[in-house]
Amino acid sequence: MISVSRVSKSYGSGAAAVRALDDVSLSVGRGEIFGVVGQSGAGKSTLIRTINSLERPDSGSVSVDGREMTTLAGTELRAARHNIGMIFQHFNLLSSRTVQANVELSLEITGAGRAARRTRALEILELVGLHGKAAAYPAQLSGGQKQRVGIARALASSPSVLLSDEATSALDPETTRQILDLIRQLSKDLGLTVLLITHEMDVVKRICDSAAVMSGGRILEQGPVEELLTTEKSLLGQALFPLGEIPVTSSAIVEITFNGVTTDRPVIAQLARKHGIDVGILGAAVETIHGRQTGRTRLELPGDTKTVAGAVADLRSQGLFVEVLQ
Amino acid sequence: MIDRNDPYFWSDLLDTILKGAGETFYTVGLSLLFTVVFGLAAGVLLVTTESGGLLSKLFGSRALGFFVNRVLDVVVNIGRSIPFIILMILLIPFTRLLVGSFIGPTAAVVPLTIAGIPFFARLVEIGIREVPVGLVEAAQSLGATRWTILTKVMVAEAVPALALGLSTTVVGLIGYSAMVGAVGGGGLGDVAFRYGYQRYSPEYMFGVVILLVLLVQVFQSLGNFAARRLSHR
Repeated sequence: MISVSRVSKSYGSGAAAVRALDDVSLSVGRGEIFGVVGQSGAGKSTLIRTINSLERPDSGSVSVDGREMTTLAGTELRAARHNIGMIFQHFNLLSSRTVQANVELSLEITGAGRAARRTRALEILELVGLHGKAAAYPAQLSGGQKQRVGIARALASSPSVLLSDEATSALDPETTRQILDLIRQLSKDLGLTVLLITHEMDVVKRICDSAAVMSGGRILEQGPVEELLTTEKSLLGQALFPLGEIPVTSSAIVEITFNGVTTDRPVIAQLARKHGIDVGILGAAVETIHGRQTGRTRLELPGDTKTVAGAVADLRSQGLFVEVLQ
Repeated sequence: MIDRNDPYFWSDLLDTILKGAGETFYTVGLSLLFTVVFGLAAGVLLVTTESGGLLSKLFGSRALGFFVNRVLDVVVNIGRSIPFIILMILLIPFTRLLVGSFIGPTAAVVPLTIAGIPFFARLVEIGIREVPVGLVEAAQSLGATRWTILTKVMVAEAVPALALGLSTTVVGLIGYSAMVGAVGGGGLGDVAFRYGYQRYSPEYMFGVVILLVLLVQVFQSLGNFAARRLSHR
């Protein structure tokens, strides 16, 4: 659905030039929720802006729904943008318009008639959970409600792609969860492809099917989240479930990644009983997301090499991803 | 000296002042109309033709955008740096060319408009600049044309600031109109000058002053009220 290929972009010139995007490639499948994570200044904002051509890359190609965006201009570009909704960190709603009129702006731009605009605006407001707020002004709404208006406005013209530029970064954790769940639900119901950028790992955990880690204008790692979690030395795995520093010890240290399959079994207790090891838990980061437990546990396994090897083999035979650190 | 004991003194005073007020309304109203149209255009262009602005590539030409921006900026600065009393005199040949005479309420419209446009343009510029750039970006992401962004986002969002700017401009124009009046432009300034000053009548002078103070109060309050009502921030 979205395909970014070898895109580069620099700002400034000469020695002061900043390479915001450095040979970036990624692809997002239809109906997929793809998250790009990274610190501020990593180039995420520039990347997401090249998708709807708010930024023009210096080189490379960006295609959305089979249409090359980098060469579009004028009427063609505006028509292509009707197919790509965008939501923002600071919502960017018009303070002079009511909620309904804000949503209708999107439809005024696509040229819908008055009656059609009204019908569609009320319908989409219902869909994002803002029933009864049509006549309110943005200033009268909470942050979460404002973002719902932003989502309604972005989706009013029935686009097939939604771009989310740090859409939950100005919201509190509970509201963040509600907005993320709404985006996930809409993506499912409407078959919407979502590309989001964020610096919050929780966003990736909660809704992303795939993710990319960005730093210094480059993509360091990308793929389906579940796959990245079970990749050795995965940056994303470590960032999503941080376990801190590895302590100094003479015992073996292993890390187990849970991926929603085995957490109902008492893995650690079984390990201790079966192999006679005094298992120590050095760290754990496990969360339940959408009813599945995901996370990592770092264990200390005292004992001779043979016992440890046996224990690791046993864990692996249960389908767990085990990484031996020392 | 006007005879205060003349039985028609007060009714004459009222007639004269009302006639003056009518002329002032006419002069200020007409010049306000031109000021708003051209000042709004100039103010919007000042912001949008800046490098990186919405119209920085005016008619597809970056050079034209830059040129328009520089010229407008200089012209507006010149317009604002000439004291009105001098501008008024400087413009006499131009006024005569345009209206055929430099005396009377219609002729007074010319210097008032020329002074009002740059004044209002700067106020428009300030108001438009306060509109967050994110709103423009959001409209662009929706596929809006530049005209739509200009009218439905930039100007629409600046309306409360524009209402305040408008009332400030009206007050300024009323003040200037009194100055034009004193040199043949008619209106309240003319009444104050001819009756109040040259014919030593404090009643006329105070009558005009009180009316001017009231007018300014009314227009400023109207502006404040409109700005409050129009703003939903």
